[in-house]
Amino acid sequence: MFNHNRFLNYLKCQLFQLIEINKHSIIFLIFVLLKLTYYYLMRRTINLRKGLNLNLEGALPDNELKAELVPERVAIVPDDFPGFLPKLDVKEGDAIKAGQPLLHDKNDADVKLVSPAAGTVEAVVRGARRKIERVVVKVSGTEKVTLQSAMTGADRVKALLKESGLWAMMRRRPYDIVPQSGDVPRDIFVTAMDSAPLAPSLYAMVKDKQQALVSGVKALSLLTAGSIYIGVEKDSGFPDVPGAEIVEFPKLHPAGNVGVQIANIAPVNKGEVVWTLDVVTLVRIGELMDTGVVDCSACVAVTGSEVRQPRMVKTLIGAELDTLLKGEVKDDGRTHRIISGNVLTGVTEKLDGYLHYPYRHVTVIPEGDDADEFMGWASLSPQKMSVNRSFLGHFLNRTFNPDARINGGRRAMIMSGEYDKVFPMDILPEYLLKAIIAKDIDRMEALGIYEVAPEDFALAEYVDPSKLELQKIVREGLDYLRSEV
Amino acid sequence: MKALRNYLNRIKPNFEPGGKLHALQSVFDGFETFLYTPNTTSKSGVHIHDSLDSKRVMIMVVLALMPCLLFGMYNTGYQNWLAAGATEFPFWSLMLYGFLAVLPRIVVTYVVGLGIEFVVAQWRREEIQEGFLVTGILIPLICPIETPLWMLAVATAFSVIFVKEVFGGTGYNVFNVALVTRAFLFFAYPAQMSGDKVFVSTNSICGLGYDLPDAFTGATPLGQIATFTGGKLELLNIQGNPISTWDAFLGLIPGSFGETSTLCILIGAAILLITGMASWRIMLSVVVGGLLMGWVANIFQTPTYPASFLSPVDQLLFGGFAFAAVFMATDPVTAARTGVGKYIYGLLVGVVAVLIRTYNNGYPEGAMLAVLLANALAPLIDYCVVQTNVSRRMRRLKARA
Repeated sequence: MFNHNRFLNYLKCQLFQLIEINKHSIIFLIFVLLKLTYYYLMRRTINLRKGLNLNLEGALPDNELKAELVPERVAIVPDDFPGFLPKLDVKEGDAIKAGQPLLHDKNDADVKLVSPAAGTVEAVVRGARRKIERVVVKVSGTEKVTLQSAMTGADRVKALLKESGLWAMMRRRPYDIVPQSGDVPRDIFVTAMDSAPLAPSLYAMVKDKQQALVSGVKALSLLTAGSIYIGVEKDSGFPDVPGAEIVEFPKLHPAGNVGVQIANIAPVNKGEVVWTLDVVTLVRIGELMDTGVVDCSACVAVTGSEVRQPRMVKTLIGAELDTLLKGEVKDDGRTHRIISGNVLTGVTEKLDGYLHYPYRHVTVIPEGDDADEFMGWASLSPQKMSVNRSFLGHFLNRTFNPDARINGGRRAMIMSGEYDKVFPMDILPEYLLKAIIAKDIDRMEALGIYEVAPEDFALAEYVDPSKLELQKIVREGLDYLRSEV
Repeated sequence: MKALRNYLNRIKPNFEPGGKLHALQSVFDGFETFLYTPNTTSKSGVHIHDSLDSKRVMIMVVLALMPCLLFGMYNTGYQNWLAAGATEFPFWSLMLYGFLAVLPRIVVTYVVGLGIEFVVAQWRREEIQEGFLVTGILIPLICPIETPLWMLAVATAFSVIFVKEVFGGTGYNVFNVALVTRAFLFFAYPAQMSGDKVFVSTNSICGLGYDLPDAFTGATPLGQIATFTGGKLELLNIQGNPISTWDAFLGLIPGSFGETSTLCILIGAAILLITGMASWRIMLSVVVGGLLMGWVANIFQTPTYPASFLSPVDQLLFGGFAFAAVFMATDPVTAARTGVGKYIYGLLVGVVAVLIRTYNNGYPEGAMLAVLLANALAPLIDYCVVQTNVSRRMRRLKARA
């Protein structure tokens, strides 16, 4: 006869036994579950679907530093700092220390650009109408400026940032320029990911500098009544930082652009100001607060299809490109385009040029002016890189080796909706651009010009079949607006 | 290829400012960039560009029109043979006949249209734009085969100058250039351009085909509906036999040169959608709009408006509806440009096309007028959609204040 109670007892025993045997696994499982809930509930994750990752040849194999290269010369280029009106603090032949001001801002004499290395001022290169193009420092010695660091209040922190040159490494929106003295930032946004093609991992650069990260956030939190947001790559293992809210984004360009992160966290409204910076600058700020010295070393990715061996190197801010590229560029008889930065937002430089802001990336691609392509528009070649499905290459899971050709002629905006596919912000890029071209200030404001920076339009510029210079249009629009308002 | 490149390099100086032929610089430049992708490299902004350019966009659209063009040739021959009472339809003879019939029309539109484009480009010192590559092939496709060549030339010249160039050229026009050409013909020469005389080629060409008697008439299905006087509505082909849905789908019916075959239009649509050159949003919503209005009209069918006897599917198969949905409404320059706007614009085209066709017996060409009307309203539709974005931003600002 079936004994009900005995059967239940039996089940109970079995169950306890099962738990007893698997005790460790169960505890581990609960731990993992808790950790997962923590990650998924405590951390804000924003899933962006619009965007585009370009698969280019010449990617970094890893983010390990392969060499430490001390450049012969370093240079600071004032044009890298929009909104900064340069005035010289030094003259040619002056001996200077690392961290000593080279230039100050005409509008706010406290804001400096400092020398990344000790040595002598070799040249002040001027362009048309005596505009200062760059200040070149010949590197020698190791003397550096030590500032009296103290996080005793907002004013002290601001003064330190301005004096150390780190103020100019930040940007503010509207206008994407160096922060202004009177700014009261609503929030401060830090991006800890670079999603651009071939870009290095920003997290790898700051991984072993957690203390500085904490100090940096502490310093910044004195400057805003709002939040400090750090945009990080999803599942990158970026640690929590007290005082900052971490927001995760997928690795889909342009999710690493701080403007895209702002637009999806808390968009800028008219009349508001936010500050932006990258996590490397944040760490430099932290170190300044801890030690009084600005770390002017820079981890730089040397990438691109025309580089023999893509690698990460450690060098100085503003280093001579020759130092980074000597013997590294392929000797294949092609003309090369050397880009200080990534292929979307970087600056064209020559081999005797210098590393530009934000000092973390150099790309070398073929220039392509030597190519003679017969009826390229009819091409069926799988070598052609495109987002469009009329190209075979679109369907292949491969890397591409594009050159710097425009691949067409400049036209009016013909196709519609092409920009939107790579523009993960609640903004209508076509209409904003048209308002900028028409210099219609009211319309620009209404369509969200205060929220954007030229770099946000870089991918749209890449995909544009009409080959318009979108970043240039946006920069000119921002400058125009700033001069009018 | 090298020899050609060298030749171009050699003659290039003649076309540059100061050269003997500098008045033809834009023309030379147009041909040069057509033959060789220019190797100008980026000067500002991004350093790499996508391989897609407007030349490729236009060529893909022309490619998508090829099935319609080829079928149009066949059908032109087929209708001529059929009208003459032939019992055998030799494929290559029909094709050749159709080819010879359409060739002068394509040549005339291209010569007139491209000629104007060349002159204007040179005048403005701009590159020649590719827009007319598509327009020039669309015009012969949407016109009846018997359209006199001089009318075609006048209409093309009118619309290229007054619809495109005065607005600033390719990319700035408000109305679809090919459709305005068609509308110009329709309104300027109504006697010659509608009715039952022009849709079938009535003469032999180079000894091919048959000379049809003067009294010949071959009305299109929609033409028959427009002249319907009562009794039982039955659509007949030119031999007096009923038209099956299958015939209409294949396109073996009288009609404008390239728009009879729904099958070939579908092939074209597939090419456009696979390559991403046309908006699926617009195509889909035009079809939905057409079916919807066709269904409503069919529910309230009445002999006063004989087109209401057509089933919704027939509405899509007859006349220029399918062609307009795939090739005309989707013209990115004249269509709505915002995502939501495209749905509204498409629905408008579909609904109005069937509305005009059904409730205005005089105008069987409802699709043409519907697209032109929607072209005019597209900026308004976009304005409303853009305003929602603007007011969302305003609300956000108010919420913070």
